Amino acid sequence: MRLRLTIDMVRDEVLDRVETLSGQQLLACYQCGRCSAGCPVVDEMDIIPSEVIRLLQLGQVGEVLNSKTIWTCASCLQCASRCPKGVEFSNICDALRAIVLRTRLSEPRLDADEVTPVMVSDAPQMGVVGALRKLNG
Amino acid sequence: MKIPYYPGCTLHERARDFDDSAKACASALGVELEELPIWTCCGAVYPLVTDSVMDVLAGVRNLSYASRIGDKVVTLCSFCYNVLKRSNNVMRVDLDKREKANLFLRADTAAREKVESYTLEDYEGQVEVLHYIEMLRDVVGYDKLAEAVSKKLDGLKVAPYYGCMLLRPKKEMNFDDPEQPTIFEEFLEAIGCDVVDFPMKTECCGGFQVVNDEELAVSCSQNVVVSALKRDADVIVTTCPLCRYNLDRHQEKMAERISGFTKVPVVYFTQLLGLALGLGKEHLDFTDNTVDPMPVLAEKSLI
Repeated sequence: MRLRLTIDMVRDEVLDRVETLSGQQLLACYQCGRCSAGCPVVDEMDIIPSEVIRLLQLGQVGEVLNSKTIWTCASCLQCASRCPKGVEFSNICDALRAIVLRTRLSEPRLDADEVTPVMVSDAPQMGVVGALRKLNG
Repeated sequence: MKIPYYPGCTLHERARDFDDSAKACASALGVELEELPIWTCCGAVYPLVTDSVMDVLAGVRNLSYASRIGDKVVTLCSFCYNVLKRSNNVMRVDLDKREKANLFLRADTAAREKVESYTLEDYEGQVEVLHYIEMLRDVVGYDKLAEAVSKKLDGLKVAPYYGCMLLRPKKEMNFDDPEQPTIFEEFLEAIGCDVVDFPMKTECCGGFQVVNDEELAVSCSQNVVVSALKRDADVIVTTCPLCRYNLDRHQEKMAERISGFTKVPVVYFTQLLGLALGLGKEHLDFTDNTVDPMPVLAEKSLI
């Protein structure tokens, strides 16, 4: 069976939004996998970074928005630093999180009430502020 | 010589040991870090989405405060450095965001004028954002620094941990090579340490994810700590309060996970500098460290 796939079949408004918000061109990725190889938290992801981009290239944005991956990224920028095509996966992740948080597709990953008193009194403020901005919006 | 200094919220609270040692060292080297008369939290994380003006405003406001008292601003925390430097870059290259951010600065002035005489000039990225270690290299000079050392830290094997935020993204931070940086090593050599190179020096410690998923941060930090231990490090130095926290606080858990795990102290680079400059104990506070550095420092006759 032949499967014909064209750009206009996979593109939609949400994908355009991902590209605009992240400032990245999804089709620039040629799937070398360096982002996934260099990611320090890849073991905890359900879809690895290069696969996320492939799914987006194929228009499977719903699967990506529901993934654990977008909440696991620590924004360390190693993927962006090592991409031979200049695709910044970290920024794509931030864009995907922003879409979920701004449109309230699901509950925020981290609620302020969930930050433990120990964390508030012991962890550096920058960590608590950073986590809430990244995972709550 | 006075240089404007932006401490950031963490250095005024959880990382006073970092702030205090840094100011005392600068003073010993003839530099007075002049804390900005007004400052706020920088927001901790730089927005990676393109449409955000609000999220760069905190950085821009602080840069604008700095521009009132000098042409440079020095900071220590890696997150602050990343946010200030990237926000500054936006103000230099993105004219649309520059204009929008300046509308907020003008509104700040209008609001403040009601209670005090206070104006903010438009800001265009004119301040130079320096990390403290860049200040040591470019303003003080590593040669002068080496001359000021009263106690060489000979025999102390030190692993310099860079983490993420000083180095990436390279094109905006322009701090050092993102894969093989050397600024930290050169600093440590200047104060007489034995530098330990280790492959995980630019890997992530887990960062802010510790608040959401502590196990994740333990795993990331463990990779870094074990890598330094394999190269025989006596101590790991860092320039980031969150890295210090992650690498230091989680070693009990690492010991539970790995049999035969040896704990290794994690200190701020300014604390080692303080030792080398012969600063008094009042400026070298290690009481917040979970893994106490005193035994190894005593063993090497450094305290």
